Amino acid sequence: MAKKILIADDEPNIVISLEFLLKREGYEVLVARNGAEALDRVHAERPDMAILDVMMPQRNGFEVCQDLRQDPEFRDLRIMMLTAKGRDTEVSKGLALGADVYMTKPFSTKELIAKVKALFDRA
Amino acid sequence: MNSRAKLVAAAVVACGFLLTVLAAAGAVLGAGLEGTERASLAAVLERRLGGVLMVAFAACAFLLLMLRTLHEFLVLLPARAAEQAAAMLEQPSTRLTVQGGRELRALLVAVNRIAEQRQTRDEDIEARIRAANAAAEADRNRFAVLMSELAQGVIVCNPDGRVLLYNRRARALFASSSGHGMAALGLGRSIYGIFDRHLIAYALENIDNRKRAHRHFVAVTESGRLLRVLVAPIPETGAAADAGAGRGLSGYMTMIEDMTETFESESARDQLLQELTESSRGPVANLRAAAETLHDYADMDAEDHRRFLGIVRDEAEGLAGRVEAAARKYAAVLKARWPLEEMLGSDLLMAACRRMVDRYSLRVCLDEIDAELWIKVDGFSLLQAMTYLAARLRDEYRIRDLTLRLSRDGAMAHIDLIWSGVFMSTETVMPWELDPMNAAGESSPLTVRDVVERNGGEVWFQRDRAAQRAYFRFLLPAVSGQQAGSSLFGAALVDSRPEFYDFDLFKGEETGLALDERLLAQLTYTVFDTETTGLEPSAGDEIIQIGAVRIVNRRLLRQESFEQLIDPRRSLPPQSIKVHGISAEMLAGQPPIDRVLPIFRAFVADTVLVAHNAAFDMRFLELKEAATGVRFDRPVLDTFLLSAVLFPNQESHRLEAIAERLGVSVLGRHTAVGDAIVTAEVFLKMLPLLAEKGIRSLGEALAASEKTYHARIRY
Repeated sequence: MAKKILIADDEPNIVISLEFLLKREGYEVLVARNGAEALDRVHAERPDMAILDVMMPQRNGFEVCQDLRQDPEFRDLRIMMLTAKGRDTEVSKGLALGADVYMTKPFSTKELIAKVKALFDRA
Repeated sequence: MNSRAKLVAAAVVACGFLLTVLAAAGAVLGAGLEGTERASLAAVLERRLGGVLMVAFAACAFLLLMLRTLHEFLVLLPARAAEQAAAMLEQPSTRLTVQGGRELRALLVAVNRIAEQRQTRDEDIEARIRAANAAAEADRNRFAVLMSELAQGVIVCNPDGRVLLYNRRARALFASSSGHGMAALGLGRSIYGIFDRHLIAYALENIDNRKRAHRHFVAVTESGRLLRVLVAPIPETGAAADAGAGRGLSGYMTMIEDMTETFESESARDQLLQELTESSRGPVANLRAAAETLHDYADMDAEDHRRFLGIVRDEAEGLAGRVEAAARKYAAVLKARWPLEEMLGSDLLMAACRRMVDRYSLRVCLDEIDAELWIKVDGFSLLQAMTYLAARLRDEYRIRDLTLRLSRDGAMAHIDLIWSGVFMSTETVMPWELDPMNAAGESSPLTVRDVVERNGGEVWFQRDRAAQRAYFRFLLPAVSGQQAGSSLFGAALVDSRPEFYDFDLFKGEETGLALDERLLAQLTYTVFDTETTGLEPSAGDEIIQIGAVRIVNRRLLRQESFEQLIDPRRSLPPQSIKVHGISAEMLAGQPPIDRVLPIFRAFVADTVLVAHNAAFDMRFLELKEAATGVRFDRPVLDTFLLSAVLFPNQESHRLEAIAERLGVSVLGRHTAVGDAIVTAEVFLKMLPLLAEKGIRSLGEALAASEKTYHARIRY
């Protein structure tokens, strides 16, 4: 069965690329436009992975990540965070809050796909 | 007994002696004679009496003559010489008249030679002192100019932290910080009123003389400006330093830079950079993902292909706009950092002309110079660029005659470097703009283009075929007329250079001496005056203005003044307005007395108060003591009483009358500061007169004042 991935980002131009890429790689893709919607969709549709942008309206990526990690129900959910701020402090914060992978924009699409695969293979 | 009396006495004694001897000889002769002999002698004498008397008289006359001559030689001439010698002490250029006997002459000649030697030596010493004084004065003037033009603030203190010197910049930095119409910085004041004592102590303690001679700290002013302060100790020189075992300190210097702007522009630049990188990451990510997808999945359908291309176009466009905006912002930041100054264009051209003539032996003339044109440029780099081009013209085309022209073109200025006769192609000359200016004797890593761009201008090469000439034209920003006016005003201010230094304070205070014992001439005074609603403080009259100036080391420091209007919280009697000219509107919004007095108390700290009819002003201040808790317990001198001490027989001791008596011009009376200045000038004139009366110390002045006060009360 195809793995389900949620993409949460408020920038449609990155969502289009990510959605296309992941679909091509054979994943099922869900899209959320903000943090609150991301949380709703994770709860409702139980994806296997969430790709969260840090800077989102309503709830930011950190908050969503922290929320999900506090819920044992989502222990197995892989979380990848994307950020447009390349600060080391932020990477540390994301990882500390429970993200599995942290990627800084602009990233290579190949690397992104490789990271996604690696996360699923690890389990 | 004078010499004439002596002479007369000597003559009387000599003649008496002669006559007595003759008489005695006669008596001895007469005593041994018989009666007949006596009779015949008497007969002989009787016949010869006239002759005998003649002989006696001649003997007396000869004696007198001898005496007179002797008197002249032995008494008169030495006495005259003594008088002349005494006069010579007062008037070293006069000499003794050489006369009298050989011995006396020799003595007088010797005395004259000694006097000659002494005079030469004195004149020599005086000339040296004059030269040394002139040199010191010149040094001081140079030093004062240097200080006043320095971009950093400078404050020099003695070891006690008393300010000996500060410059214009330092004054500006701290004048703006206190905002009470009162300077926190002043000669003789403590620097610890400006900087935390511990900051300076810490900096001084941590200076290791062998490695570094100074140390920095950062301070913040009351108004929130950020200052970078350098502290450097001034070591003791000469014997004092040799005697001391450790490192002697005769004072220290602080140099102050206002970092607020630098700091702001630096943080603006950092912020700009951060914004640019962070805000670009998202769009670049979108762009990259779309581009990579397009590349890696070439088999996608036409609809997807079109969507991805759309992303690429939109994001690229967005990024271009972002880069443009950042560049604009950066230019603004850069401009703030590049020190452009306003200067007269003609000054720049004069300097350029001199440089070209001196360095490259070119013949340069100035032509069509707009003498009114101000430009905003970095003068030095522009000068380098102009001379660099001139030097290349000479070296490569043997052009030795150049003309400089300056004209206005709207908001811009044209500076043209013109030559005639030789016409090169644009292609050969334009690269000159792009070479570093280290050819032809100029050395700079910048190119002409760099310089022109940093000055916000342009440069190009142009040929004027009709006039048979070619030129480089610099297009530079001109300063609008209004702005130029303001910098002219600035120049006028510089000319009236006030004195901000007093090295006599270097000696420090005569510590251990009670205030009463200290000399009047060495004390620091606050001379003040108040304007009030009326003459009866106990009947509810209030202070509406305080004005004060300071006297340090017998110098009136007009620029260190205090002036404050005060809201009396009561109505203003119309008759008082006639006196002081202060209207109710002027007092609206002014601080009340309980806010002003603590500030005034700080202004007068450690000084002796001086006022005319001080009892009146002090009464007002005393009545406020209970309400404000501010006590004025410094000693007070009253020019009214001091005038009574000096001129006990004069009827009037009004300020105008004393001022007239002492030759002080009265201007701007009945403003508090104006009256304070007149009082201060009067007080300064009184100091030497008091000293003549033996009143030198503060204690003596206070005692004399008290005595005359009681004397006046009694009558």
